[in-house]
Amino acid sequence: MKQLATEGAQVPGPAPIKTRRFNVSLVWIVPIVAVLVGISLVVHSILQEGPTITITFKTGDGLTANKTEVKYRNVVIGQVSDVELSNDQKSVNATVKLAKQAESFTREDSKFWVVRPRIGAGGVSGIDTLLSGDYIGADIGLANARGKNFKGLENPPPITYGEPGKRFTLHTQDLGSLDIGSPVYYRKIPVGQVVAYALDPDGKGVNIDLFVHAPNDQYVTENTRFWNASGVDVNVGANGFAVKTESLSALLVGGIAFRAPEYNPDDKPAAEEYTYELFEDQQTALAPPNGKPQYLALRFDQALRGLKVDAPVEFQGVEIGKVVSVNLDFDVQKRSFPVNVGIVIYPQRLGQAHQKMLKALNHDPNDEAGGVRLIGSFIENGLRAQARTGNLLTGQLYIALDFYPKAEKVTFDANVRPVMIPTIPGNLEQLQEKLEAMVAKINQLPIERIASNLDSNLVELRKSLGQFNAKTLPGVHNTLTDVSKTLQTANSTLQSAHSTLADDSPQREKLDQTLNELGRTSRSLRDLADYLGRHPESLIRGRPDNAAPMDLQGPPSK
Amino acid sequence: MTTPPVARELGLCLCHSCGLACDMTHEPHECERCGAPLHRRKTNSLTRTWAYLVTALVFYIPANLLPVMNTKMVGHGADSTIMSGVLEFWEAGAWDIALIIFIASIAVPGVKFVAITLLLVTVKRDSQWARKERSQLYRFVEVIGYWSMLDVIVVALVASLVKFQALADIEPRPGILFFGLVVVFTMLSAMSFDPRLIWDEKPQAPHNEEVTDEATSH
Repeated sequence: MKQLATEGAQVPGPAPIKTRRFNVSLVWIVPIVAVLVGISLVVHSILQEGPTITITFKTGDGLTANKTEVKYRNVVIGQVSDVELSNDQKSVNATVKLAKQAESFTREDSKFWVVRPRIGAGGVSGIDTLLSGDYIGADIGLANARGKNFKGLENPPPITYGEPGKRFTLHTQDLGSLDIGSPVYYRKIPVGQVVAYALDPDGKGVNIDLFVHAPNDQYVTENTRFWNASGVDVNVGANGFAVKTESLSALLVGGIAFRAPEYNPDDKPAAEEYTYELFEDQQTALAPPNGKPQYLALRFDQALRGLKVDAPVEFQGVEIGKVVSVNLDFDVQKRSFPVNVGIVIYPQRLGQAHQKMLKALNHDPNDEAGGVRLIGSFIENGLRAQARTGNLLTGQLYIALDFYPKAEKVTFDANVRPVMIPTIPGNLEQLQEKLEAMVAKINQLPIERIASNLDSNLVELRKSLGQFNAKTLPGVHNTLTDVSKTLQTANSTLQSAHSTLADDSPQREKLDQTLNELGRTSRSLRDLADYLGRHPESLIRGRPDNAAPMDLQGPPSK
Repeated sequence: MTTPPVARELGLCLCHSCGLACDMTHEPHECERCGAPLHRRKTNSLTRTWAYLVTALVFYIPANLLPVMNTKMVGHGADSTIMSGVLEFWEAGAWDIALIIFIASIAVPGVKFVAITLLLVTVKRDSQWARKERSQLYRFVEVIGYWSMLDVIVVALVASLVKFQALADIEPRPGILFFGLVVVFTMLSAMSFDPRLIWDEKPQAPHNEEVTDEATSH
């Protein structure tokens, strides 16, 4: 060690102390790298920071801060960071941190809803949330404006934005058994669903929004009719009993079906948001359009038991309208209670007849006064309304409009609205009247007198009969006894005659012999006649000797 | 002087490889017997300790803020940070487990930061205060160093064991990586520190420490 040291000392050289090239040690690179990593993390998280939005729900059911996720097409696009009551304690505000790429979900009309297991009209949904817990579903809106506060939907929207298809609006009197999600059928194939419904602003109807998916939306044409396919349609007709329903699901949850009438030229696919009327059933839906209704008033002087509102109105046997009101009135002059019946008719239901009539009479359907004049001329020609019995069993009445040229003339007042159509009593009523007249005539007959006359006649007759019995009958009895005696005599005479003619009587024997003799006599007479035929000369010359015997042969050869 | 002399006073330096007491009169760089580099104190000790300590402190932030693991129970997943895990256990009533996790994951690194900083500052100021206690503190820091890896091991274990598909699934999250780095760097920091510096008197020679840059650290 010492040696080495001395040796080292002997060697001259540079100073053993090395000078530092840097003031800063290289080891500081390590914390610098760490800081850089930290900064990069911060920058990354800032860059990844998406928008924060607030969604208002009715309840905080299923929402947990830092756990509940926001998903779109089952991809996580954000997370609920806070759930708290709103200031008025009426709703729950969920603060959601969206991911950077989910920025477009802040469009004003974006929709958010809580996905939970649901069993509804459209089936079962959200089963996966049973295991995974509820999450918030989202749908991107279309608006350009951005929002920060959203109102959460209570139910998932049935149609997401950008789904190909068309929306249509139906107008109806009431919602019936329809609901959001109720199916829409075309030829019994589900092609869409009900997406929304709302009352009219005036509360007098319901507007139903439905969505028909592409490509089936092309079958919705401008002439298409929609009808309510809910429930069962039972028909009893001449062909028997028919039950119709769209599908079991429609039976349970209701549904809408549509179809265009078979004959419909110049039809083209309907545009988006086209508005239709929703009909009660397929039959009314596919019936020809009613056209403009015409209200008419009728006044019947007889009671109309069995005439109900909605009873049909027929013109020449074609149903063209229905009864809308049946009211009792009081006639001050006659002191009677006539029945006022209001009816509505749809002239267009007459179809071809209506069109031809319009053409022939040069009538404009929109000219109201002209229409009234037309009705006036019909009444002039004997147009009358009559309440007829449609069903003898139930006594249901219907109104029949028909021409009765023999009906008594009525003055027509063209200024009265609704137009009044004169009436004639119904069939049954006419029959009743005739019967009544007959009964009255029968009542007028002098039955009392007839009866007393008849009675005296009968007394006379009895007297005559007594005389007859006392005087005439004994004489008759004697006569009859005489007759009986005479008959007995005749009988004995006949018996003696019979015994005379008996087989073995001598008279009969003698008669037989006489007859035989007579036979022979007639034979010889015939021989004689034959002979004389062949030999007429013998009358003069007498019979030659060689005359042939009676064998009709010529004389033997001489 | 009641205490025996220290090596420097005798002009000697112990070779770390072969144990030869080398004569440092001519400042040799290598052991004359085995050729190993000779240095009286750990190279660049204070700077390195500071650097590693700062690194550990930097990583300590994401280690606590980022989630360390993701627990998925029947499809419902949730990230949890170290602190949220502690709170969860505490609220669930398992205060003992919460305490263990808290001590091992949060308190121990914190204590180490404080202790090493204290040692560094006192050494820099050549403080004469409580030298023996500071040496004990250093040894304590060295001993508890690797226990902080408990968290990392737990996460590694459950993440590899709990794999029941949809039923339950645990996955590590980046936080645990930073946490592991914190532990590693605090250990490096503690190792870079030379406890002998606590006892060094005010230097007579300007080249007491930081002799070379090129010498490798332990």
